[in-house]
Amino acid sequence: MWEQIRANRIKSVILVMAMGSILFAIGWLLGAAFMGNGIAGLVIALIIWLIMNLIAYFSGDSLLLSITKAKKIKHDDHPRLFNIVEEMKIASGLEYMPSIYIIDTPAMNAFAAGRDPKHASVAVTSGLLQRLNRDELQGVIAHEMAHIKNRDVLLMSLCSVLLGTIVILAWYASRIMIYGAIAGGGRSRRSSSGGGGQGQIIIFVVAIVLMIVAPLLAYLIYFAISRKREYLADASAAVYTRYPEGLASALEKLSKSTHKLETANKATASMFIINPLNRTKKKEAANLSSTHPPISERVRILRSMSGGASFLDYNSAYSAVHNGKNVVGAKSLSDVTPVSMRKAGVPIAMAGAIAAAGAKSTPKPTPEPTAKERARETSDMLWKHSKHRLVNCQCGTKLRIPPNYTHSNVKCPHCGTINTIPKS
Amino acid sequence: MAWYFWVIIVVVILMAFFVLGLYNGLIRLRNQMKNAWAQIDVQLKRRHDLIPNLVETTKGYMTHERETFESITNARNLAQSAVGQGVGAQSKAEGELSGVLSKLLMVVENYPDLKANTNFLALQEELSSTENKISLSRQYYNDSVMHFNNKIQMFPSNVIAGMFGFKTGEFFEVESAAERAVPKVSF
Repeated sequence: MWEQIRANRIKSVILVMAMGSILFAIGWLLGAAFMGNGIAGLVIALIIWLIMNLIAYFSGDSLLLSITKAKKIKHDDHPRLFNIVEEMKIASGLEYMPSIYIIDTPAMNAFAAGRDPKHASVAVTSGLLQRLNRDELQGVIAHEMAHIKNRDVLLMSLCSVLLGTIVILAWYASRIMIYGAIAGGGRSRRSSSGGGGQGQIIIFVVAIVLMIVAPLLAYLIYFAISRKREYLADASAAVYTRYPEGLASALEKLSKSTHKLETANKATASMFIINPLNRTKKKEAANLSSTHPPISERVRILRSMSGGASFLDYNSAYSAVHNGKNVVGAKSLSDVTPVSMRKAGVPIAMAGAIAAAGAKSTPKPTPEPTAKERARETSDMLWKHSKHRLVNCQCGTKLRIPPNYTHSNVKCPHCGTINTIPKS
Repeated sequence: MAWYFWVIIVVVILMAFFVLGLYNGLIRLRNQMKNAWAQIDVQLKRRHDLIPNLVETTKGYMTHERETFESITNARNLAQSAVGQGVGAQSKAEGELSGVLSKLLMVVENYPDLKANTNFLALQEELSSTENKISLSRQYYNDSVMHFNNKIQMFPSNVIAGMFGFKTGEFFEVESAAERAVPKVSF
């Protein structure tokens, strides 16, 4: 059933090819208009595209992680997060465990990076860790795992490289044109062989139009692909967790948060679980120029999934919201196996047993850390990560010793006791 | 050579590719299923390793649960000896173990001292997460089996499956006497 989502890839491939042909067209036309040679323009376009692709392929993830100032963590730093990621790795059937990163910010967001499942990473903000409970965090991680499993990261970086190349070409072409006009000479016109006067003008006009339209068109296609992949990742998250409510209530909490992720920008926006830029409380209409579908709509679809958690259930919930449109693709829905949903408050481990036994009473799930405990846990982890040592004074005060403190003793500011600092 | 000779050759080649595709698809699904089973094994082994640790940590606190500890140790030994005995036997033994373990984790509520022990809390997180991982890997395994079995039984891949002797996979069931009894909790 995991192959299901691949059938949908055909649509994405068509859109990528459309972007590719825009690149070809703009390269050729600009070449024809400014250098009198379409092939030369095409070659330049392809070279730029190739170089950008190589950069994105080999260092895209490390670039993204360093831009967002993400820190890598291990199991002992935050066992719960680590376990949830491992659980979702198992549920999605991925072969490799992704690296886990923390971004120290009160903003609530998460993203996945890495060109293939072997080099994948998942990053979450500390704000997210503090405010989501286990089920919600699991929903978010499942969504990110789905991006990795569906190879969305690769697809989106392919698209953003195409988009970037188109934008760069159009920008430079417009500069060349403006300066060419200032210089007062049609160098390109002179260099072209005679006899093509009329044709040359037509090409020139088309090139100018394309220069303006192509980046816009490429943006729209890019956003369309991105929104589609978000819906599909939501659908996959429901299948992995069997609990769409977890992701739904997480998304709701995320949308209510007013903190802005400072380190996000336009280029990286589509990698996050919710759009990190659009924090204004204006109207949340489904507009064409957004990388993400409106959250309220995503929540509505997840909440109206009734009966099961399969792609089929997500698709029918989606088409109820979108007047009969499909999101998963008709072919891939043909042999979906039914997937039953987990009830609220039932631990995953017990869900199967309860379904098998048909029992009425449900066992109590393991008690969860409260919001306060989660906040403490997260800040402890961040302190530890910045190499601060912890000294517990006898009066109950927690002393955090910065790494550049060299004395072996420290005086408690509350009770005045001299504490010795354990050597780490 | 007549034109229909070429037509026949083209049709035969196309059919060969079609059969090859179906065959490879079946192989891929079977490997996915085997790999999913290996994942369950990893998690079950992890649970077996965690149990002595859990018993050691909780023994001092939970003095009234001698019977539960005994049944856990027994169930663990049984489950360990069932490793490699086939899906049916192993899922039964592991089901019993899940049942007695959840019984223990449910009476933890009665021991406030235990809930203050950080060692135990860490262990509890590991154990409940391992339980989650077991059922999630079971979920993935069962999905893979379902998918594989569908392919084996449905046309046209059933023809290929019959020709090459593909056998349907066995589901990892959770039904067991202990598990069916578990949800009866009263506080």
